[in-house]
Amino acid sequence: MYSHLLSEFTVQRMDDRCIRCQVCERQCPNGVHEYDKGLDRMFTYEEKCVGCQRCVVMCPTKALFVRSHPSEYRMNASWTRDKFQNLKKQAETGGVVLTGSGNDKPYRIYWDHMVLNASQVTNPSIDPLREPMELKTFIGRKPDTLKINMDGDVPKVESELHPNIPLASPVLFSAMSYGAISYRAYKSLAMAAKEFGVMFNTGEGGLPVEMRKDYASNAIVQCASGRFGVDQDYLNSAAMIEIKIGQGAKPGIGGHLPGEKVAQHVAQTRMIPQGTDALSPAPQHDIYSIEDLSMLIYALKEATNYEKPVSVKIAAVHNVAAIASGIVRAGADVVAIDGLRGGTGAAPLATRDNVGIPLELALASVDRRLREEGIRSKCSILAAGGFRCSADVLKAIALGADAVYIGTAALVAMGCTLCQKCYTGKCAWGICTQNPYLVKRLNPEITSQRLVNLLKAWSHELKEMLGGMGINAIESIRGNREHLRGIALEEWELNVLGVKGAGE
Amino acid sequence: MNGLNMKFGWRDNFMDGLRPLHELENFSEINGLRAEIDAQDLKHKELNDLLFHLVKKGAREINIKNVFGQRYIGSRIFLPDAQDKVKIDVYNFPGNDLGVFLGGHYINVHGNAQDGVGNTMDNGQIVVHGRAGDVVAMSMRGGKVFIRDNVGYRTAIHMKEYKDKVPVLVIGGTAQDFFGEYMAGGKVILLGLNLKEDEYHKANYIGTGMHGGVIYLRGNVEEHQLGKEVGVRQLDDSDWEVVTKYVQEYCGHFDASEQEILAGKFQKLLPVSSRPYGNIYAY
Repeated sequence: MYSHLLSEFTVQRMDDRCIRCQVCERQCPNGVHEYDKGLDRMFTYEEKCVGCQRCVVMCPTKALFVRSHPSEYRMNASWTRDKFQNLKKQAETGGVVLTGSGNDKPYRIYWDHMVLNASQVTNPSIDPLREPMELKTFIGRKPDTLKINMDGDVPKVESELHPNIPLASPVLFSAMSYGAISYRAYKSLAMAAKEFGVMFNTGEGGLPVEMRKDYASNAIVQCASGRFGVDQDYLNSAAMIEIKIGQGAKPGIGGHLPGEKVAQHVAQTRMIPQGTDALSPAPQHDIYSIEDLSMLIYALKEATNYEKPVSVKIAAVHNVAAIASGIVRAGADVVAIDGLRGGTGAAPLATRDNVGIPLELALASVDRRLREEGIRSKCSILAAGGFRCSADVLKAIALGADAVYIGTAALVAMGCTLCQKCYTGKCAWGICTQNPYLVKRLNPEITSQRLVNLLKAWSHELKEMLGGMGINAIESIRGNREHLRGIALEEWELNVLGVKGAGE
Repeated sequence: MNGLNMKFGWRDNFMDGLRPLHELENFSEINGLRAEIDAQDLKHKELNDLLFHLVKKGAREINIKNVFGQRYIGSRIFLPDAQDKVKIDVYNFPGNDLGVFLGGHYINVHGNAQDGVGNTMDNGQIVVHGRAGDVVAMSMRGGKVFIRDNVGYRTAIHMKEYKDKVPVLVIGGTAQDFFGEYMAGGKVILLGLNLKEDEYHKANYIGTGMHGGVIYLRGNVEEHQLGKEVGVRQLDDSDWEVVTKYVQEYCGHFDASEQEILAGKFQKLLPVSSRPYGNIYAY
């Protein structure tokens, strides 16, 4: 514990409601609550509280409140409380301040500055409850032209078709590795993806062998700088392969999965010794250029007999459009862009909060650049980083995305409350931990159903909004900026987004 | 065909102008388990198409002649149901990523190899009768690689191991910088046979960020050449057993004297911690 730090949260117990059942004590992995038998009293160590609200919702008599600590330093617009506290922690340890989940700083969220269109009078809107509405999406390279010959009455496609993966709805689960998240959380994502007909992404922690038979056909497997768990069977079992170059939460840096999270089964899946740090270097050391990237793309295609699309995931950074062009020219079938607000299991706070650009601007400029160069059809674009609701998804597709990755939203559906302490390995919700006592809190049968419900609800909302615009297929809104208008945006922002202002 | 409205044109050196298998078959001969390919005019993918085709037709010992820079040799061969492995002899100069992701096959190179030999290799064996380029055995997780002469930069970077699946890399010559960087497992033997007596190994930053595995280094190295995550030890009996075993194998592949090699000065490089970066964070 740090000295002279204000607690972040205060825990209030209404003693007339508390029945000393000690549920809070058992539920808290941080040791905030402690029962003293002799005194028949609960003690509280609020300085340890991370504000995850687990004890609050589990308390059978609703005797607990957790809220931000009311103590305040003198108000100072420059020296805010978090700057203050981090500085004190560093003065004490000399360490890099860690954090988890996505950027929480008030950068402009462009989704909240764009509005969608709807039909009025001049073309009829469509009711998705009565009329067919198509959300099916195919991810992968498309042919430049489609040549069809009639063989008698049977049409035959003459053009060369590239491998594509079908999605029932344009929403996929973002990369979260086994090791960073628990087996049950990981399996929940796999089960939900399979049931709903979308994909989950293994992250770079490998795909446990026993899961391959049932779930590999809904898996996007990653090949990243640590190359954990990568072998021919892993690559060939999957639906798609993703080369991870960067991550929105921490562009330009690698990852350190701490040794205490590398339990036996995690070690086996990653093929590294148990208890050692799983270090993912910052770059992939066989990729120092676009030409080298091309070499790995084709190495993966060679290893899978050209049967799988290969995706390249990058963080949204300043020259993202030019980089994306290079990636497509290097042979990638999919470009995944992870924006400033993308989540993580652990990242240095300085990087998470200050490096990269907002997804909306990156996505719009990549889509435009690829169209200008005439190579947009050669790849699909997956957008990732901070999707909170179905409207964000639809706006992203209107800005040019083929589909979106959701990570944080899926975690929240499973129980996460964004306490941002993923890196401690003590997740009270059993998601971001390898502690068997905590992991047991998740039941994949139930959590996968919650994820399926989320996909179902968002898909229905997408259909409603599409119908309102008089559109009956998600294809027709893709890159269709005419259906977006900006609100309270500067001219340069409208230009980058390629969107008119509202009323124009 | 180039796409329509293409601003900078579209050129794909890898995929353009590929010939179908029935044309490629003219570059090969197959006779039961044995086959031969003349790679003189074959593109990267064509060579691998043909190689995999011959394997599917039953060939298990394949000679590839006139190889000039074709990439990824051996990595296409994935036969999950077949137990028998393929033996490939490559003459002379394979291209980058030789045996990338290799799944248990045997590759003999009669000449020099380029970058990425045995990249993320899973099992099997690669023997190079010559030198190899950068990132040899990167992220290798099983099998063996023998290089007769020198290797380039970042050799054995991020090699790993799990229980009894331990990759082995033996290098006859010397290596360049970042040798064994980020190593998480595996056994690497650097013999320095082409160094003069009292000459030092070339590499700096040896074993930087190393957190698993072991490097046996024959010959001289100065302390400043080692990464700060590396400790130097003397070899004990079990180490000598390992070194002797693989030196014998090295001598079996190449013309070298076991006695002479083992008479040299060996030292053992180990990571000082399996968690080199455990203490750099403020929680």
